[in-house]
Amino acid sequence: MSGVLLTRLGKLWLLSILFFLYAPILVMAFMSFNASQYYQLPFEFSLKWYEKLALNTEILDAATRSIAIAIVTTVVATVLGTAASVALFRFEFRGKRFLQVMLFPPIAIPWLITGTAMLIFFFGIGLGRGTPSVIIGHVALAIPYVIVVVSARLATFDATLEEAARSLGANAWTVTRRVTFPWIVPGIIAGALFAFAVSFDQFVISYFLSEPGDSTLPVLIYTSIRKGFTPEINAISTIIISVSMVVMLIAARFSNFGGER
Amino acid sequence: MAEVSVKNVTKKFGNFTALDDVSMEFPDGGFFALLGPSGSGKSTLLRTIAGFLFADSGSIHIGNKSVDLIPVEKREIGMMFQNYALFPNMTIADNVGFGLRVRKVSSDEERRRIGEALELVQLSTLGDRKPHQLSGGQRQRVALARAIVTNPRVLLLDEPLSALDKSLRVDMQVELKRIQHEIGITTIFVTHDQEEALTLSDKIGILREGRMIQSGPPRSVYNNPVDRFTAEFLGDANIVAENDGNGRLNVSGNPSIKIPEGAETASALAVRPESLSISATEPEQEGLSKVHGRLVQRMFAGAMSTCIVQCGSHTYKMVARDQDVPNLSEGENIWLSWKSAQTIVIP
Repeated sequence: MSGVLLTRLGKLWLLSILFFLYAPILVMAFMSFNASQYYQLPFEFSLKWYEKLALNTEILDAATRSIAIAIVTTVVATVLGTAASVALFRFEFRGKRFLQVMLFPPIAIPWLITGTAMLIFFFGIGLGRGTPSVIIGHVALAIPYVIVVVSARLATFDATLEEAARSLGANAWTVTRRVTFPWIVPGIIAGALFAFAVSFDQFVISYFLSEPGDSTLPVLIYTSIRKGFTPEINAISTIIISVSMVVMLIAARFSNFGGER
Repeated sequence: MAEVSVKNVTKKFGNFTALDDVSMEFPDGGFFALLGPSGSGKSTLLRTIAGFLFADSGSIHIGNKSVDLIPVEKREIGMMFQNYALFPNMTIADNVGFGLRVRKVSSDEERRRIGEALELVQLSTLGDRKPHQLSGGQRQRVALARAIVTNPRVLLLDEPLSALDKSLRVDMQVELKRIQHEIGITTIFVTHDQEEALTLSDKIGILREGRMIQSGPPRSVYNNPVDRFTAEFLGDANIVAENDGNGRLNVSGNPSIKIPEGAETASALAVRPESLSISATEPEQEGLSKVHGRLVQRMFAGAMSTCIVQCGSHTYKMVARDQDVPNLSEGENIWLSWKSAQTIVIP
């Protein structure tokens, strides 16, 4: 009896979670196809917000800039983070523990504080605000995520495989490329997705470090909401969500997260 | 193929001395065992020969050339690991061919040599499988094929059979010996299994606490152990007499134990369980050492039986074919005897 009840409660619980997670997103996507600017019902299908979006160079520029920054961040953070993970896995050196512990605060410290600190720092060294500062800031934020994810994958790696490869005549580079790397690829893909998400979704750091007229998409969305809401924002958000969903599904399909390959 | 020679190698990890002035010769084409309890330094020695570790002092030669400054990947060794360490993302053929591809061997020759190696270990049909699709014994054969396909100068095996169950282990011992014989490669393996060491090797090195206690052919080490540790570690040994501390052997007031000539000042006398005979009455033959005692336990184990006999303060272990053990029951008073020539003198 109570078992059945618990099962039902569990299902209800799950449904509520999914509802609160996805209902707002679905409403937004729905409204991006509604002709009314003020969310008036009945629903009247229209693509006019998408048409307006296509002509809104400000939003499109910001989107392009965001994607470009995210791609650069992803590449740099993934390469550096993966290299750092392999080094932390393979070598014992002074201060290794300290270094590993120091990777976590950047994840835990509120972005507002990190952003303020970065702003002061970049003005201090004379770099000031602008896209280079934004990229450096994003990379710094994303690297710990990559290291944590790749290291988790490396923890399941059998180090004697590297020894076996060396005994067969492979130098350090060949060992990494042929033995270690294939094993951690799922971790690297997951880490890269994290890095992309950290950068692309980043509001606080970008808001502090980007110059006016040079803002990223989240910053632009925020400022335009303050000026007055238009369903164009719904349209661009719907596009972003659809693309990221598809990317996540493809990544999950090919990388088989955490599982045996 | 090459001989290996280890000269006065010392290796420390912080304050812990893993290898203490170890020397041993491994002549070309031989099959050698490094035997010792865990923590004795046998694996450290193997890893130093392989080049994963570098000696603090002393020197290692492979084929008459010092390899002290040569890293693993340049030493031309083949190594088999305890957990086999097969590359999980590669097929069996790719695993075996790894060392050949690293050496940039042409693809025709690579294919031919992979085929030969797999044939040698009798796995020719499994080249397309992945390691996780193979049984433990098959994986081990693959690991062996991968280690020898590059024609290394030395084959190093780290506890090669310890992950297999008993019956498979015996099969693999035979197999390993056959393959080693066929290709004639100098082979050094680490084991804590004394029987395995005795069965497989031409020469055994016994390590304890980082020191090489004794090395030599299995039969000679077994019959002439240099100390009590070796006597008791390599097979079982009944200590029948010990030095009383005044430089004299104390046979525990048992004059029927004959002290071999010149052994009066030895540290101990021992006898192997299989050298003992058991009887209900006192044996009358000349030249026997004998002790009187009580049969405490008799254990049947198929071909062989083990008897535990209490003689005064000493407990003796005897092993014999079950049919050679007379119909004695536990608790009976019996005699144990052995030919005096079988007495092992521990110097």
